[in-house]
Amino acid sequence: MIKHLKIIEYALSSLLRRKTKIIAIFIAYTLTVATLASVLFLTHALKTEATHILQGVPDLIVQRILGGRHDLIPVDYAEKIKDIFGVSEVKPRYWGYYYDALTEANYTVMGAGDAALELKLLDGKLPATEFECAVGKGVAALRGADYSNELILVNSRNIGVLFDVSGIFQSDSSLLTNDLVLLTNEAVIDFFGFEPGRATDLAVTVQNSNELQTVAVKIKKLFPDARPITKRELTRTYDMVFNWRSGMMLTVFCAAIMALCIMAWDKATGISAEEKLEIGILKAIGWDTDDVLILKFWEGVIVSMTSFLTGLLLSYVHVFYFDAFVLSTILKGWSVLFPAFQLTPSVNVLHIFTMFFLTVVPYIASTVIPTWKTAVTDPESVMRG
Amino acid sequence: MILHPGIIGLLVGSVITLLMVFHAAVTGAIVLYRWDFSSSSQYQLSLERKTYLVSTLVNYGLAFQVASAVLFVYTVDDIHQLFVGAMCATGSLNANPIGWYALLSKIAVLFLSGFWLALNYVDSRLEESPYVKLKYGLLIGLFPFLVLDLILQFFYFLGLDPAIITSCCGSLFGGDSNSVASSVASVPVVPAMIVFYLLGAGLIFLSVAVLYFVSDLLRYLYAVLSASFFVVSIVAIISFVSIYIYELPTHHCPFDMLQRGYHFVGYPLYFTLFLAVYFGMLPGLFCPLKRNVGMNTILSKIERPWIYWCLGNTVLCMSLVTYTICFSNLTLFSD
Repeated sequence: MIKHLKIIEYALSSLLRRKTKIIAIFIAYTLTVATLASVLFLTHALKTEATHILQGVPDLIVQRILGGRHDLIPVDYAEKIKDIFGVSEVKPRYWGYYYDALTEANYTVMGAGDAALELKLLDGKLPATEFECAVGKGVAALRGADYSNELILVNSRNIGVLFDVSGIFQSDSSLLTNDLVLLTNEAVIDFFGFEPGRATDLAVTVQNSNELQTVAVKIKKLFPDARPITKRELTRTYDMVFNWRSGMMLTVFCAAIMALCIMAWDKATGISAEEKLEIGILKAIGWDTDDVLILKFWEGVIVSMTSFLTGLLLSYVHVFYFDAFVLSTILKGWSVLFPAFQLTPSVNVLHIFTMFFLTVVPYIASTVIPTWKTAVTDPESVMRG
Repeated sequence: MILHPGIIGLLVGSVITLLMVFHAAVTGAIVLYRWDFSSSSQYQLSLERKTYLVSTLVNYGLAFQVASAVLFVYTVDDIHQLFVGAMCATGSLNANPIGWYALLSKIAVLFLSGFWLALNYVDSRLEESPYVKLKYGLLIGLFPFLVLDLILQFFYFLGLDPAIITSCCGSLFGGDSNSVASSVASVPVVPAMIVFYLLGAGLIFLSVAVLYFVSDLLRYLYAVLSASFFVVSIVAIISFVSIYIYELPTHHCPFDMLQRGYHFVGYPLYFTLFLAVYFGMLPGLFCPLKRNVGMNTILSKIERPWIYWCLGNTVLCMSLVTYTICFSNLTLFSD
């Protein structure tokens, strides 16, 4: 134990003597770790956010499919679905997307059902009449609605409709509400020109979550043109998408790891005459090849751990304090009006472990052989020059 | 194939480990073929230097292998969310049955790597390295296991399809089916408890005995008992430890306990068990090498910490089991 501590002390002083050489590796190593860890931290944080949001999603959503495409669903389907044993409530939902040419952004226009009541309003109230709306912070900021209290949108008949802004959503719900324009159900039907008796989809509440799958099967049997989507399916799809995205990014960044390994190999192979002399002297004064290998092992550990931890720290700051400004556009999505939200800091042990396998293992592997070559240096031949 | 970060990390790590061990095995084969300790030629000197390379490569490689076993379990547990019907690692492993073989091969490689590392450690402490040939022969023998492990792992992950509806631990470890798992789960609690505690106590008793007596027979018995303790403990975990942890008399899953909801209690439980069994088997396994005088002296020194490790971990493992039983809200036996 004492022997190892002494060797670590020596390794530190020896590394400090070769500062310039180590700094190059340290920077490359740290950057590689920081990039990879940012990808993992960001996807994990987004996944967590998505999971939280999906908590509020209805247990079962029923859509109608026509010609393989999503179509409006007849509201009277709701009556028959309600008769299925175990279903406690069926609510039609009215919503759609609205492309605003003025700001070149997509808004989500939604009818105020009960779900909307759970969202927190910054000030004001939910829309009560057909000419009122509540908007998310992003929409309000883009359209200046927070000053004018008015919002003009062009409906499906190409007529501009003036809405009074009755409320603006709070920013802590901005991931949900940033691009949201909330109208009354009637206003949405009129705005998009939905056929009477049709809704975008149906939200089904099932008392016992174990029965969800059975209810979904029954709905499918009752209405062959319906597509029931359970909450679990949604969660899994999100998981898959985020795993896929982070996996893709990691695979791309494998090139960076390769570059780091080549650099580490190169640095470890090209040892200076001075270093050789150092090893020669150590062996001449009684160090064993094993001791030199232990010394090199600790040097590797020190460089690896310093870079690894610095890299993790950098990526933590990058993701959770600077909202991952470098990577966010690639990993988040494609919406123009994406909320500027604060990610909840959370770190998964699995990710740290994965990072270790992706960076430390290749680094050590690429330095083993050069290290051994250094360690078996013959003291006599080195000192003779 | 699922592009999960853990899977990428595992595959990258395993390929690197394999390359390192491959290089070591090839060098080892050369050393094995040309080794002549009595010679003082330049070639023998270079071979002796190469033994350092082999040791270093294999030390790193097998250490990574040990870490990868943990990452494997962690990853398999994490990806269960992607499968319909899966609730823990059992579901992920059922999603592609090769996974079970991959898990078994990981456990086998874990122990084999450990034994090789111990042999290398002991041998390198002797001036004349008397077991170089044995060591490198075993290393070449170990290599196919590593290849098999990588292949199984690769095909397991390759064959994972999120569209598969898998079955969860509740059905695999339930008492209704005829599988090995369900028959292990239906081992009655009381006999399982008695055998587990008897064997554990036996192991502790033998540890103390081995510390004071130099008999080889005791050491062989110690190794056999450790190996049986492994099997019995796994049966015990499935049969009764699990139900106390989950506080549910019908739930026998050995993987759910690795999750956050159960305070990751599975990790210390399995760690202590593996360590106890590993160190318990070492003295017996090294007995045949005692014929070498130098080895005999070195072994008698090194053996003690091994026995302490085995003893300590057995006690810890059994205390953990006892703790979960005593502080569980589940009461199986009333007064």
